[in-house]
Amino acid sequence: MPRAKRSMPEKVSVQCRVNGHDATLLDFPMARLLDALREQLSLTGIKEGCGEGECGACSIEMDGRLVNSCLVPVAQAEGATIRTIEGVADGEQLHEVQQAIITHGGAQCGICTPGMILAAVNLLEHNGRPTEAEVRVALAGNLCRCTGYTKIFESVLAAVTVAEARD
Amino acid sequence: MRSSVASFDLRTPHDLPSVLELLAREPGEWRPFAGGTDLMVLLEAGKLAHRRYLNIWNCRELRNISASDSEMKIGALATYTDVKGHAILQREFELLCRAAEETGGIATQNRGTLGGNIANASPAADSPPALLVYDAELELISAGGTRRVLYADFHTGYKKMNLRPDELIARIILPRGRGGWKTYYRKVGTRRAQAISKVCLAAAAKTENGAIADIRIALGSVAPCVMRATKTENSLRGKRLDAAAIDDARATLAAEITPIDDMRSTARYRSRIAQNLLQEFLQSCATT
Repeated sequence: MPRAKRSMPEKVSVQCRVNGHDATLLDFPMARLLDALREQLSLTGIKEGCGEGECGACSIEMDGRLVNSCLVPVAQAEGATIRTIEGVADGEQLHEVQQAIITHGGAQCGICTPGMILAAVNLLEHNGRPTEAEVRVALAGNLCRCTGYTKIFESVLAAVTVAEARD
Repeated sequence: MRSSVASFDLRTPHDLPSVLELLAREPGEWRPFAGGTDLMVLLEAGKLAHRRYLNIWNCRELRNISASDSEMKIGALATYTDVKGHAILQREFELLCRAAEETGGIATQNRGTLGGNIANASPAADSPPALLVYDAELELISAGGTRRVLYADFHTGYKKMNLRPDELIARIILPRGRGGWKTYYRKVGTRRAQAISKVCLAAAAKTENGAIADIRIALGSVAPCVMRATKTENSLRGKRLDAAAIDDARATLAAEITPIDDMRSTARYRSRIAQNLLQEFLQSCATT
């Protein structure tokens, strides 16, 4: 039996909320959310590392959960609330994790840094007083080839101390 | 080479009946797309052969985890994060929670689903060995109704499944009442996180008066499908776990599995490690 004639997919319009603003993305439904956010909204803080969900450089938050934006087709962002690294600081006021990364030398080349910060911020929002072991588990999906991780873990734990002193 | 995204369709029907209706009307034309943690990797590598998908991520009724006195029902769209955070699953089905914790990183666990892990049918999948140990069943749904199959009968060969093109995996069902069994789960990979397994072994045993009264042993990455080592199980029932019994079990397991050489490991290493994991489990049973 001949198959029904296939229509080629068309671009779809996807409404979502990104870093506190309403946004419309226009793309093929299977386009990567990573590319749509970088190219259409100029959110180039989101990095592409491996493109296969291994490295975490493209990490964003979708509806409060950390995801790899290289593995999310844009059609699945319909209605989603998204936060990228560009939405982490409060204006000029850096998040504790961002400031700690600067203070404690947690960044070198910088490619993993946005994803690493989002993963850490996401952890602290679920668990305000993580142990070092919990930090290591939470960041296990974010690969860094420069720092050897020690200064990153130190930065996150220092950010916890700063946040506790403030609260 | 990366695929052109323009040649792939991903439609979002507005509810589950609409998904099932489309699957039934054009069997084989559409395939389900859940969290995307496997399919998007294939897309990126230019290896995603099928072109048309139905987005089922929003079918909330397939995400619920519920408990009755006799069984747990886990919606196929429950993510690894949902599974590992569920109080009853943590208490009674720790092997499944361990598998969920050891699958990818947090970002993958937030998107990867239990149903997707089954339907992707990788022999190296992390949760199926745990499901086999727990005698899981699957509830399959189509426009025509539902049917239940034993998970042990579901995978019929490499990437082959007892699933019609118009069907979805709706729920994973786990019988309750395995309290007091000694359990074991160990995945061996290149790295502690984010690794695909070289060998994975999940097991549970009930001991009485120092002997094995009942036992389940399941493995990943040592055969074309995730498998239950029934010959090894049968050889151990009723046995006391002395050194000779453990040596015999190692030999039976080595004869029962069919590991291969591939990019992740070698047949020889996999066989040796599978036997070592079994021994580690049996010794832990013998000492309690």
